[in-house]
Amino acid sequence: MSAIKLDNLDISYGDTKVVHGVSLDIAEGESFALVGESGSGKSTILRAIAGLAPDWTGSISVLGQARSHGVDRAVARQVQMVFQDPYGSLHPRKTIDATLTEPLAIHGIGNRDQRVEQVLAQVGLDRRFRFRFPHQLSGGQRQRVAIARALMLEPKVLLLDEPTSALDVSVQAEILNLLKRLRREQGLTYLVVTHNLPVVSFLCDRLAVMRFGRIVEVADVAQLKHGALVEPYSQELLAATEGRSSVVA
Amino acid sequence: MTAPMLSVENLRVSFPTHRGRVEVVKGISFELGRERLGIVGESGSGKSMTGRAILKLIRKPGLVTADRLEFDGIDLRAQSEKQMRAIRGARISMVMQDPKFSLNPVMTVGEQIAEALVTHEKLARREVEERIEAMLHSVRIDDPKRVAGLYPHEVSGGMGQRVMIAMMLIPEPELLIADEPTSALDVSVQAQVLDIIDDLVTSKGMGLILISHDLNLVSRYCDRILVMNAGTVVEECAAGQLDQASHPYTRGLLAAMPTINESRDELPVLDRNQWAGT
Amino acid sequence: MSTRDWLLEDSPHSRWQANVGRAYRVFTALLRNPLSVLGGIIILALVLTAIFAPWLAPYSAIGQDLANRLAPPSSTHLMGTDELGRDIFSRVIWGSQITLTIVGLVALISAPLGLLVGAVAGYFGGWTDRLLMGFTDIFLSMPKLILALAFVAALGPGINNAIIAIAITSWPAYARIARAETLTIRNSEFIAAVQLQGASPLRVIVGHVLPLCTSSMIIRVTLDMAGVILTAAGLGFLGLGAQPPLPEWGAMISRGRTFILDQWWVATMPGFAIIIVSLGFCFLGDGLRDVLDPKNEGK
Repeated sequence: MSAIKLDNLDISYGDTKVVHGVSLDIAEGESFALVGESGSGKSTILRAIAGLAPDWTGSISVLGQARSHGVDRAVARQVQMVFQDPYGSLHPRKTIDATLTEPLAIHGIGNRDQRVEQVLAQVGLDRRFRFRFPHQLSGGQRQRVAIARALMLEPKVLLLDEPTSALDVSVQAEILNLLKRLRREQGLTYLVVTHNLPVVSFLCDRLAVMRFGRIVEVADVAQLKHGALVEPYSQELLAATEGRSSVVA
Repeated sequence: MTAPMLSVENLRVSFPTHRGRVEVVKGISFELGRERLGIVGESGSGKSMTGRAILKLIRKPGLVTADRLEFDGIDLRAQSEKQMRAIRGARISMVMQDPKFSLNPVMTVGEQIAEALVTHEKLARREVEERIEAMLHSVRIDDPKRVAGLYPHEVSGGMGQRVMIAMMLIPEPELLIADEPTSALDVSVQAQVLDIIDDLVTSKGMGLILISHDLNLVSRYCDRILVMNAGTVVEECAAGQLDQASHPYTRGLLAAMPTINESRDELPVLDRNQWAGT
Repeated sequence: MSTRDWLLEDSPHSRWQANVGRAYRVFTALLRNPLSVLGGIIILALVLTAIFAPWLAPYSAIGQDLANRLAPPSSTHLMGTDELGRDIFSRVIWGSQITLTIVGLVALISAPLGLLVGAVAGYFGGWTDRLLMGFTDIFLSMPKLILALAFVAALGPGINNAIIAIAITSWPAYARIARAETLTIRNSEFIAAVQLQGASPLRVIVGHVLPLCTSSMIIRVTLDMAGVILTAAGLGFLGLGAQPPLPEWGAMISRGRTFILDQWWVATMPGFAIIIVSLGFCFLGDGLRDVLDPKNEGK
């Protein structure tokens, strides 16, 4: 069964159409990347799947179920999202504990103390952090909390919106390792939006290159690793990245 | 070798907190000729503060001390705020991270560049216009006449950063400090902007300090690299020899970066406590 | 471990400790500002005076002593007496109860009302927003005192009606602030995150948006309290607020106006009380602004 299936998806913000006729089929357990520059519509697709960009036509189905346009309680337990900015994605006046308990309270799930401690352990945060406020945490720790929040409802699919681009290189490595481990342990499906091709190479199985709201190319990550992307625009992106890393590598 | 353009000795920057003064730059020293120097480090390493301290842009209650802070024979420590204003822009310029915050939203691009020029030089209006057009041309803006009439919100991120560079370089400074000049931009635009900076710096024989968190980027565009961590310089090396870096912090940073052909199952992680000194 | 260490601990062990710790940090930050401490002391003094008025006041507030009419301040009558021989000092002390009631009730009615209207308008946007804000603007477009006057005239003079009138005229400003704050909060990622978890709009507004609006609201309400006292005094002065013989400060000034040239203390003493309490609220509000402003958060 496919985890996420998009069919001829058009998404608009107000009067402007930002995504044109995108079709994708992401298998359960797969890690798929949407790659492109800012304004290519990759984040918008993520927001539409999550229910945050309700103005779309076409079809989106999640784990075989067609999805409604708005935010949906049933979908919430299957799909969760991790945002880019670890500074903006946590409520500044709530302790980590309150942030993590909230989804359980919304869905009336009991045994909260135990669940919070369990998920904190899964994302590698000491229990000391449980009652801290976000401003007492570093960027990497905040991103761990954001991942923990997404895991609270035990979803099958995680939408990751540039999960490491606001972090330092060494912290990025920690978060990438964490994401990779979680996926292995819990059999999660990832849909990752990023502009960073090395991250795709580390974390994903397949990728779609996007430009101007359209998919330019869908490729296997092996093709990316061997520089065998077909479309000229994909090659351009690759060159822009490679030009910089070849000096060291 | 001729006398260095900029020499910094034992530079310290500190800020008061409720637990006493905290040093964010802990006594760093370096010299700069007409070359391209890269300062790399992660957030909190003090790299940006170093750049600002050179221009005396650290506001109170921040405190800057140095045994030596000389630019072209001028002791920057002894300069008054008024004298510093004459140096900033005219002789040392700074390009900041995000053009959206550095450009004045109610002035056209042309007016702002003109202001940068006229503040330091008296010129006829025609000549100013010509200089602006030439400058915009040199940052590869193809239709400078049109762009000069635009407001900052009408230009894209990459274009905005090129305008910033034009603005900073039009008074023909001898030293350019670029603090994360491209981290708000897309990958393909990044290369373009850095190429422009590189061209201008090389062709005019200026000095460049490129401050960035990105090791690869710095190694590509600089001659020499300082790696900073927790307020100190942990490693200094020629850009070409970065892969032979010896300090464990530098090595750790290099290893932590995923590559385009990634085969490792897990990325090595820095042990932060080892050299943070705390 | 001392209480202070417990409060300032970096890794609290319970929800309760975390929240008390935060409150303690705000409190100590407030103590560092001398003006806000002064403001706090004034407000505290007002509250204590109101509570202990029966014991503090040397005379009755309404007992007349016609033999001692318009006596100047002396050791027996600290602030002198008024035209009916009532001790002004005692009246000012009893008046603190009325002032505190007005201030408290106005804050209790108008702040939550404004907060709710503003947050709902800002969160839902569209027609809800236009409707609620249109309504708010109608109230905002009329001068406060005139509007309050109109209400009191319609409801009949009296202290309760004055409170209602002032509350009705002050909520629109709070609604505006709450809406502006909500508009910026609404689009933040932490709100998107709770929406994604399936939270209902009510839950998002009450649980996540309002807590962030409250600090600016507390600041604004505190700063506005001086204005409320003055409006209440103004209504009293015009004879539309507290009715005689209630010792409301504004009404007292109004009565003393007749004698202002020869017996200056009759109007001046309650005037001083109004000025001091208003200043107290302003100082405290300024201090709170420095401490609670979200922009200073985390420093």
